[in-house]
Amino acid sequence: MHMPLSDTPLEHNGAGYEETNASMNDTSPPRDTRPLAIEARGLVKNFEGTLAVDGVDISVPEGAIYGILGPNGAGKTTTLRMLLGIIDPDAGVRRVFGHDDPHQIAKLIGYLPEERGLYPAMKAYEAIGFMGALRGLPLEEGKARGRELLEKHDLGHAVDRQIRQLSKGMAQTVQLLGTLVHRPKLVVLDEPFSGLDAINQGKLERMIRDLAAAGTTVIFSTHVIHHAERLCEGVAIIAGGKVPYAGSVEAARDRIPAQVRLETRERKGRWLKALPDDVRREGDFWNFSLPESGIETLLRALIEGEAGILSLSIERAGLHDAFVHIAGEAAARALEADNAAEVSR
Amino acid sequence: MSQQTHPASRLSTLQAAFVVARRDFLAILFSRAFLFFLLGPLFPIIVGGLAGGIGSEVQREATSVEIGIGMNEADTASMIASADAMREGMGGYIPPMVALSDEQRAMEPKQILRERVGNFAAIVSGTPEAPKLTAPEGQIDRWRGQVGLVAAGSIGSAPNQFPDIASEVVASSGATEKRNRVLTAQAGQMLLFLLTMLLGGMVLSNLVEEKGNKIIEVLAAAIPMDAVFFGKLFAMLGVSFVGIMVWGGVGGLIFLGGGFSMGSFAAPAVGWPIFLGLGVIYFAMGYLILGSLFLAIGSMAATVREVQTLSMPVTMLQLMVFFFATYAMAKPGSTMEITAAIFPFSSPFAMLARAAQLEELWPHALAIAWQAVAVAIFVKLGATLFRRRVMKSGPRGANTKKRRFWQRKAAAN
Repeated sequence: MHMPLSDTPLEHNGAGYEETNASMNDTSPPRDTRPLAIEARGLVKNFEGTLAVDGVDISVPEGAIYGILGPNGAGKTTTLRMLLGIIDPDAGVRRVFGHDDPHQIAKLIGYLPEERGLYPAMKAYEAIGFMGALRGLPLEEGKARGRELLEKHDLGHAVDRQIRQLSKGMAQTVQLLGTLVHRPKLVVLDEPFSGLDAINQGKLERMIRDLAAAGTTVIFSTHVIHHAERLCEGVAIIAGGKVPYAGSVEAARDRIPAQVRLETRERKGRWLKALPDDVRREGDFWNFSLPESGIETLLRALIEGEAGILSLSIERAGLHDAFVHIAGEAAARALEADNAAEVSR
Repeated sequence: MSQQTHPASRLSTLQAAFVVARRDFLAILFSRAFLFFLLGPLFPIIVGGLAGGIGSEVQREATSVEIGIGMNEADTASMIASADAMREGMGGYIPPMVALSDEQRAMEPKQILRERVGNFAAIVSGTPEAPKLTAPEGQIDRWRGQVGLVAAGSIGSAPNQFPDIASEVVASSGATEKRNRVLTAQAGQMLLFLLTMLLGGMVLSNLVEEKGNKIIEVLAAAIPMDAVFFGKLFAMLGVSFVGIMVWGGVGGLIFLGGGFSMGSFAAPAVGWPIFLGLGVIYFAMGYLILGSLFLAIGSMAATVREVQTLSMPVTMLQLMVFFFATYAMAKPGSTMEITAAIFPFSSPFAMLARAAQLEELWPHALAIAWQAVAVAIFVKLGATLFRRRVMKSGPRGANTKKRRFWQRKAAAN
């Protein structure tokens, strides 16, 4: 077992993680005892005067699915490259499975870069075998596994076809299989959903869940909130090279109070004074944040004030709202613009 | 929170380099482009061979290389008659044979050749039954067959056996030998330079192709960049050797078919086998040094155009280095020659020239070790540059107004 990187390390709790800038309280769930696959503290990367990444902290437990969420240009790829040892940080430390140099455990890692690349003249199974060989798998065994993986993922017809003869989506799947052929313990995927159609996105989500179920740690970057929300137990929200939040998805959502939507028969009355300050009216509906004291006190005041409650719903904030709250409107708009740009492609 | 340390599990640099080298070597070898690459230089070799054949024929005519016959009068006449008769059927294979003059006959054959009395390539003395061939080293084998044939013809029209030929080697004078070895050194240097320049560019295009395929990040994530660079260099070296074997084979056939022999060149000081062995090693080293430099250039360039722009000054520099090595070669042991032997880019050329001129072998062991260190340093530098300059991404547009490659700043992600 390794010592943590600092005297006051980040903890992750039963909900997955402690938030980087949130306070803990006594009711926090039991601590997560899983060892960390990745631990990074204060990562900084400067490219000739441009601060690409500015003090990133990340902790990813083994077996977790972890998302790095942010708009293009936020520093996601640079962060992943530092975690993988492709580039070294200017400051800060990183540990992968307890090693400062990720290359030391290259056989345990699978990596799918954002810019996909395969040798066009290679056959699909050869490409998978070659990627396995780079990670220490004997070439012939890699090729055999490549054939099996292609068959398993409905690409049996493409086994002997050259990469240049495959569609973009098929080539992307081949590269993903090459990332997994040596059965890594940590899989790092940079924008893995980018360029995939809805069907293949669904397949990829299933594949990621299957990997995690088998004990593999999966960390991926994305600018699509839905993927992170559906898959991840932990996220790091990154914007402008900084990580304003790293922790569990649930805790991120809890950053924003639940929203109450109340419908009343009456429009006026002394019960109005019981509504929170942030109340907004939309026709017959009143929208406001769930008070810290809970809903019971408010309901009592409404009933006693004869507001005539017609309907009441309490909605928990989604990750999108949490992202806006944490990263700011500008980052959220950039994220949405990226999504729109990708859809239009 | 704590981390469980997994035992280190990675390929060694050598193993990783082998994975890359195997892929590159096979991919290039079995590509259609390589066939054209192989065929390309064959045209100049064939044309050069034909031109050389014509040229040597012209030279043979112009210099009228003759075999002097220094036997008694009757035997000399018999030999010349036999040679004339055979020449009708065999053409240029039988060289002109002329009788020595009385003055020449009074001299020893060795003396005639050493003092260059007349224009004789060799002197045949003795009798047709027991001829004695006197010639410089390397020329004995060249003329032995013809002399034997002519002597056999002069004995009888249908000889059952060829007479034994005694031989005597004439050593060239010291000055002549030195001059001839310089020629051998120059030829070796020129060949080395042409091959390294011709093949060095392949490394460059390979790295650019890799960037185009975007596979470089997959490699960089899995194995150290040093291993990627070494793998690429050695794959290209392997491909170069295939090319050299093909070109050398064809060139050799033309060379031998044209009636040339290594005897045309003075034997190098270290002897032909060691010289050729050193030639292979120095080619490999020269290629690896130049290749590692080209890889470093490739690491700085993002496009083919940038690569071409950057490689031009390097090519010019290499040309200057070659001229430097050629110039330094004239003074073995001088400060300039030692400098050329130490400077990594000129070292292979300078050392090959040294092998042609000086017998000492230990400097070669030292030079090869130093050149290997230089390759390792250049590869390390190239890999570091590559990681610093290439492995960064950025939003195209917003923060990256068009800059020169040396000004380009990376933006995050």
